[in-house]
Amino acid sequence: MNPEELRYAKTHEWVHVETDASGRKIATVGITAFALEALTDLVFIDLPEVGRSVQAGVPMGEVESVKAVSDLYSPVDGEVIEVNTGAADQLDKLPEDPYGAGWLVKIKITDEAGLKDLLDYQAYQKQCAEEMSEQ
Amino acid sequence: MSANDPALLRSPLHEWHIKHGARMVPFGGWCMPLHYTSIIHEHRTTRSAVGIADISHMGRLRFEGPGAAVFLAELITRRVADMVLNQIRYSFVTNEEGGILDDVLVGYYHDAYGQPFYVMVVNAANRTKIVDWVHRHLPPERAERPGHEVLFADVTALWAMFAVQGPRAVEVLQPLVDVDLHDMKYYHGAQVRILHPAAERQGGIISRTGYTGEDGFELSIGVGIAQGVWEAILDLGEPLGMVPTGIGARDTLRLEAGMPLYGHELSEDVNPFEAGLGFACHLVGYDFPGRDALKRIQSQPLGRVLVGIELDGRRPAREGCTILADGRPIGRVTSGTYSPTLQKPIAMGYVRPEYARPGTSLRVDVRGHLEAARVVRLPFYSRKRKGKSQ
Repeated sequence: MNPEELRYAKTHEWVHVETDASGRKIATVGITAFALEALTDLVFIDLPEVGRSVQAGVPMGEVESVKAVSDLYSPVDGEVIEVNTGAADQLDKLPEDPYGAGWLVKIKITDEAGLKDLLDYQAYQKQCAEEMSEQ
Repeated sequence: MSANDPALLRSPLHEWHIKHGARMVPFGGWCMPLHYTSIIHEHRTTRSAVGIADISHMGRLRFEGPGAAVFLAELITRRVADMVLNQIRYSFVTNEEGGILDDVLVGYYHDAYGQPFYVMVVNAANRTKIVDWVHRHLPPERAERPGHEVLFADVTALWAMFAVQGPRAVEVLQPLVDVDLHDMKYYHGAQVRILHPAAERQGGIISRTGYTGEDGFELSIGVGIAQGVWEAILDLGEPLGMVPTGIGARDTLRLEAGMPLYGHELSEDVNPFEAGLGFACHLVGYDFPGRDALKRIQSQPLGRVLVGIELDGRRPAREGCTILADGRPIGRVTSGTYSPTLQKPIAMGYVRPEYARPGTSLRVDVRGHLEAARVVRLPFYSRKRKGKSQ
């Protein structure tokens, strides 16, 4: 997926929204390249179970690096319909294709209202630049 | 606190680190590199080849004068008077209650004029505290006692310090110094000349010490030549696989080696016996602050002991996690990480003594997940030793 066409949560998850054959809005969610670069040394990702309902801005999983643990936030309101266990088992490969093979969770969106709070590519880039300069 | 905070001290290699892609983080009042590439890569390179770490944040305190040996013997838990030239000892500075103010290395050297001096290496975060402690025990009337004068100086800002660690450390450093490093004993050091134009004919102190569980050396040199010598070492080391390593790998390396870190395993609320480091307490002979308390502590059963813990799952335990056994809390994790060598989560923590036996089944509460774990013997990792280093 082209990062310029994705939406972003302030908490460094990317979101791709598409409508499936039965008209459901499905969000594919992953961790941005910026966040993977900042975390480095990932050793474990705890993904939510299929069927779990998730809320925008609320943790749905955990990302463990050698140094620390971070929360994985859901960027949308909905229900988890698929998780990428293959990516979770091969974390060292995740930075190679974070917006493709590195997707982590698919969520059936139940409330689209929260989508408007997500950042576009330019706004997310700006946020990353600000975080870099604070470091 | 941000790494850009102007209150943070900077190593003489600060600009070099940034130019070479280091992620800088606050550490013990200093701005230091967390890593340049990745912690796991830098960790593995140290185990398999050799790494170089800037440890200029470590506090270096110098004591000299005819009264220095006795003064130190009356300050720290370890004997000083019987140290041979160029010997180094691990020791504690304790408070009157026997709590640990810092864990330190004390080295005994002669300067170029044959005058003896001692260098105490203290933790960065404890430097000010220990300097104050020294001043408190070294009032002018004590420092200037005729025939027993003690000259004390905090020389941290004058000296850079590097750790060159890994199985190829001797090979890398031997061409740079005028002493035989193969023959240097573990926990010994030497005043050396540095055989490189970048050193501008200056000398330094090199010691066979480290905080990684590997063979290796620590080198102290003047700040003015720090970058030139750092680059000279990298030039020699890169063909042997050397990479610069940050404090991230320093932490995972020391944890695998079962070495305590002040602020985690050690604190003023911990005594050396609980930490399994009673060997560094010499309780007969010179009286030092905390000696009587330590004698008392030694004669009583311990309330808790430090153990190594391996977790069965993939979720690393972290500092502060509660340790459980038989369904009850029996201790707390002091450090935890993922071990790049064992490829599983490891931790250290204090538990009640009846749960300290290797093999004991535990659970660790990792943010609500009760992870299966068991006590293992420390260290988690020990290198295959060869040659003369003991």
